[in-house]
Amino acid sequence: MKKTNVGATVVEKVLARASGKEFVRAGDVVEPRVDLAMSHENAVLVINQFTEIHEGTGIPAKPWDPSRIAIIFDHRVPAESAKTATNQKKVRAFVAEHGIAKFHDIRGDTGGICHQILPECGYVRPGMVVVGTDSHTTSHGALGAFAFGIGATEMASVWALGAALNIEVPATIRVEVSGRFPERVGPKDLILHLIGVLTAQGGNFRVLEFAGDAIARLSTSGRLVLCNMSVEAGATSGIVPADVETVRYLREEARVTDPLDLVTSDPDAVYERTISVDISGLEPLVACPHTVDNVKPVTEVEGTPVHQVVIGSCTNGRLDDLAEAASIVKGRHVAAGTRMLVFPASARIYAEAMRLGYLADFMAAGAVVMNSGCGPCLGIHEGALGDGETAISTTNRNFKGRMGNPGAEVYLASPAVAAASALTGVITDPRKER
Amino acid sequence: MARVKKADKTRIRKVETVRVILSLGDDVSTDVVYPGRFMATVLPAETPAYAFADHAVFQAAVKAKSVPPGAVIAAGDNFGCGSSREQAASCLKGLDVVVVAKSFARIFLQNAINLGLKIVIAPGFKADEGDEIVFEGGVENRTKRTAFDITPLPTARQAIIDAGGLIPYTRARLVRAAAKA
Repeated sequence: MKKTNVGATVVEKVLARASGKEFVRAGDVVEPRVDLAMSHENAVLVINQFTEIHEGTGIPAKPWDPSRIAIIFDHRVPAESAKTATNQKKVRAFVAEHGIAKFHDIRGDTGGICHQILPECGYVRPGMVVVGTDSHTTSHGALGAFAFGIGATEMASVWALGAALNIEVPATIRVEVSGRFPERVGPKDLILHLIGVLTAQGGNFRVLEFAGDAIARLSTSGRLVLCNMSVEAGATSGIVPADVETVRYLREEARVTDPLDLVTSDPDAVYERTISVDISGLEPLVACPHTVDNVKPVTEVEGTPVHQVVIGSCTNGRLDDLAEAASIVKGRHVAAGTRMLVFPASARIYAEAMRLGYLADFMAAGAVVMNSGCGPCLGIHEGALGDGETAISTTNRNFKGRMGNPGAEVYLASPAVAAASALTGVITDPRKER
Repeated sequence: MARVKKADKTRIRKVETVRVILSLGDDVSTDVVYPGRFMATVLPAETPAYAFADHAVFQAAVKAKSVPPGAVIAAGDNFGCGSSREQAASCLKGLDVVVVAKSFARIFLQNAINLGLKIVIAPGFKADEGDEIVFEGGVENRTKRTAFDITPLPTARQAIIDAGGLIPYTRARLVRAAAKA
């Protein structure tokens, strides 16, 4: 076989194939066909822009391929205002008109956060080009896809043409991870460590490719944490090239039966640079207000009073996250003066957490279990903070105003740190809480 | 100076003096530009009302409709990081301001180009509120008597800039494809 694509990264391979080229290199400009185009409530703006594109052309405003469009309501569910409810109504009408099957409405059986729904429903496969009108679309790199966030107008263009236009092939930073997580240390601490090292802009216009023996051992749930927050270092995408675990997840958890195409990087692929991390020496970390790269060991901020503890989101709202938090709060009580909010990443996870007793453990401890959705993370809907209040949260952003109040502060941490802090009412090292 | 010449294509009013209305640091997130609680407002005509909604002075100017067209928002590195919300670009486009930053975050940069918001990448740029700015080849801060080179916008996006934004660009592509079919 002619080797036309020597020394290519997984992203270069995916983009070459999607652009009908034998090979591409970082810096090339391509127009990859899109395999999956995801939106949430902001689909209402996509529809608006999509209609405008067609105005005066005489061409009917029909999406190129409704089977490749996914729309998931998650940012404000159930609707908090008449305005949101009307937006959601408009999107439902569009979905019905065009027969968009990958639509997840506000439901207790099939609903959830878009970045959990796409993997667990098997919509994302290795080698795909995935775009989403949400910056955390980077999450889907956990399944070996090239997935990145775009704006609503760009999505309207994808709906019209089926391709992402004028995309510069990004260079890749390889993140080589070795070792084993110490007790109460996990993927959230690893990605916070990396963001601290790279800074909020160190990954700009680049891909973070995760590799090494620790990644091979990491579950898809943990890989989703890493890829989800890659954007917090500015990265276009995070990616874990597909492997045995990817196949296991897609077959066993996402119930995918189709053949899978496992695209990986060549051993002689060209990386911009390599960052090596040994997680054996990692400790619990927190991102302090008001930037995600303001990362410190939990021991440096221990004792900071917290008024709200949030466990959930597309970052850390999966079953293993809930299991860890539940194991810490089980049989104990959330501190007086502190409120604890738990929101599972999807209805499926909610039901499983209920079956396994985690939700009962949370409620008995005094936590409020909320429906799946983006909830308090972006503070537009529920769980806002009061003036001068502080939260510790397993979510992905702590920008000023993020949890609904520019006069409040948000610390980001793992489920273990957040749960331990709920019990004491102050930021707490989970290794000391037993 | 070929680099600077290319930047002339950004269609910034030349020689005209404009003032810095807002001077910001690094890593200005889209949550700061357009807070999440206004995200149910999506139509480009309605978003300018919430630009920098938590910045009291700027908001007062927006409410008083006293933001002069062409006024400069000066920023450091990584302007527009965070959420992909397009309102962060459309609200500034609606106010007809120019964002001059040392660098931009990827999604915001693309949204700005897609919507035709004027942005200028000037890596060394420094300006305080009230400073007089002139775009002539590079960026000149008349108040501080300093001048800065401009980094051209990504060439990959030049066709979209030339078309006046992504909507006209995609429309033309769509019409071309339909004519071929």
